[in-house]
Amino acid sequence: MTDMKINFCGVEFKNPIVTASGTFGFGMEYNEFAPLAEYGGIGAKGLTRVPRAGNPPPRIAETPSGILNSIGLQNPGVEYFAEYIMPILAEYDTNVIVNISGNTVEEYCEMAEIISATDAALVELNISCPNVKHGGLAFGTDANVVNSLTKEVRKHCTKPLVVKLSPNVTSITEIAKAAEDGGADGLSLINTLLGMKIDIETKRPILKNNTGGLSGPAVKPVAVRMIHEVHNAVKLPLIGMGGVMTGSDVIELMLAGASLVALGTSLFAKPDLIYDVKRDMQSYMDRHNIEDINTIIGAAQMW
Amino acid sequence: MKKQEVCKLIKKSEIADGIFDFIIESADIAAEAQCGQFLHIACGGNMFLRRPISICDASNGEIRFIFEVKGEGTKLLSKKAVGDVIDVVGPLGHGFEIKRSVRKPIVIGGGIGVFPLYKLTKQLTNATVFLGFRNKSRVVMEDEFDAVSALTIVGTDDGSYGYNGYIASAMEGYLNLNDCDMIYSCGPMPMLRAVKKIAEERGIPCQISLEQRMGCGIGACLACACETKKDGTERYAKVCANGPVFYSEEVTLND
Repeated sequence: MTDMKINFCGVEFKNPIVTASGTFGFGMEYNEFAPLAEYGGIGAKGLTRVPRAGNPPPRIAETPSGILNSIGLQNPGVEYFAEYIMPILAEYDTNVIVNISGNTVEEYCEMAEIISATDAALVELNISCPNVKHGGLAFGTDANVVNSLTKEVRKHCTKPLVVKLSPNVTSITEIAKAAEDGGADGLSLINTLLGMKIDIETKRPILKNNTGGLSGPAVKPVAVRMIHEVHNAVKLPLIGMGGVMTGSDVIELMLAGASLVALGTSLFAKPDLIYDVKRDMQSYMDRHNIEDINTIIGAAQMW
Repeated sequence: MKKQEVCKLIKKSEIADGIFDFIIESADIAAEAQCGQFLHIACGGNMFLRRPISICDASNGEIRFIFEVKGEGTKLLSKKAVGDVIDVVGPLGHGFEIKRSVRKPIVIGGGIGVFPLYKLTKQLTNATVFLGFRNKSRVVMEDEFDAVSALTIVGTDDGSYGYNGYIASAMEGYLNLNDCDMIYSCGPMPMLRAVKKIAEERGIPCQISLEQRMGCGIGACLACACETKKDGTERYAKVCANGPVFYSEEVTLND
């Protein structure tokens, strides 16, 4: 058996498989299909400073090899999470990655402080949600803003700080460097790509929000390219995500430069996907005589 | 542990143009299924999302579901042949609540909304059933409902068969002369809004089964929202997990 352990920002993950925030709720629903302990870590639903109702439905549309979503960060708020949900998750043998979105720099800092006082393993700074009017993506597309936000939050966060990057930018490496310079401990990428689907009969978008974030296998090649670019541009460890359906996809993202890889949208198709992914990964490791999974991180050779 | 199951299709028929009646095998799902719950079904091909389809009936290791071909996913599903397997997660959701105290239940369904009401009607045994369809060619399951209810009234929007007009109006006329202490409903949104209004004006509790575009189907992704009368984070409920069946007074039925 290959050693699947990964040390990410000083936190030990028993395997490199985590879940993408927003696709996994707070884990309880999927725990019915495969125990949370199967995952190296789980990404909790994105939190905001105060509770949010989310966007009007429809919030989801199917597109070729993927989906568009416009949930709009429906969540019970960071304080509720810290008080009632995190203590439950702490009982499970897995790392919890807590995703936070603010409307202002102050909100991000307050949330980082609140989460720092919990048993969360990592704080993920969401500067890339495409479905909310304020905050979210507005913070993630300007390198100067990313740099100063990361610096400020860094002062208030005692947990390893991971900045989640948007693919909806001209140069993702500029944003990545800005986060690194601001004191981020790691980066996660990619969030969803902004998209739209129009019903040609009604001539209206399927999503009530008009636009939404594209995820699923359709975005995987974009994720692989961006992970590769960012891996070469910064020294920080990466959580890779974007259309991962199989163990082979996990390997591909790791070869591109990811240390951890998240399952997301694919869980909708197969809620106990983790078992197949692990089997598939082990078979790759056996075939290539890999004893330590860390050796494949960023190991892709460019032409 | 819940699980995804690959079930064999053992019977298939097209009961009206584009409406398919499937029976699949699964001892576990059949034993567990409650009326008003649904299956989350992988349609095959390149369709990424599962399709939520209500359980029509379940017993003796067999589950029956009926669906209309509406898009690519249901079209692919309709091509499955007897002997093929279908990848299913279920039963899912919060179904109809059957109260022992209820003496005079009404079941009202419109179009493909009649299918989720069949198992319920069987269990109630004494329901008065209203089934509405667009026209005579769309009328399905009349005899089956008739056999398991106290009375079944069928209507068509264009008057080509049975009661002439919207089925909610037929129910309203019936309520002017008869008592009722619970209404169960499923169908198109205009019908549900009419049923909700009639029920609430008369103070009759009313359970409504809703549909919405779904992601995970288990309550994790928050895609299938429906608007409730509450504020804050409870403004939108999850159709897949809090529903698909709600009491009419919980939901607004706004667009």
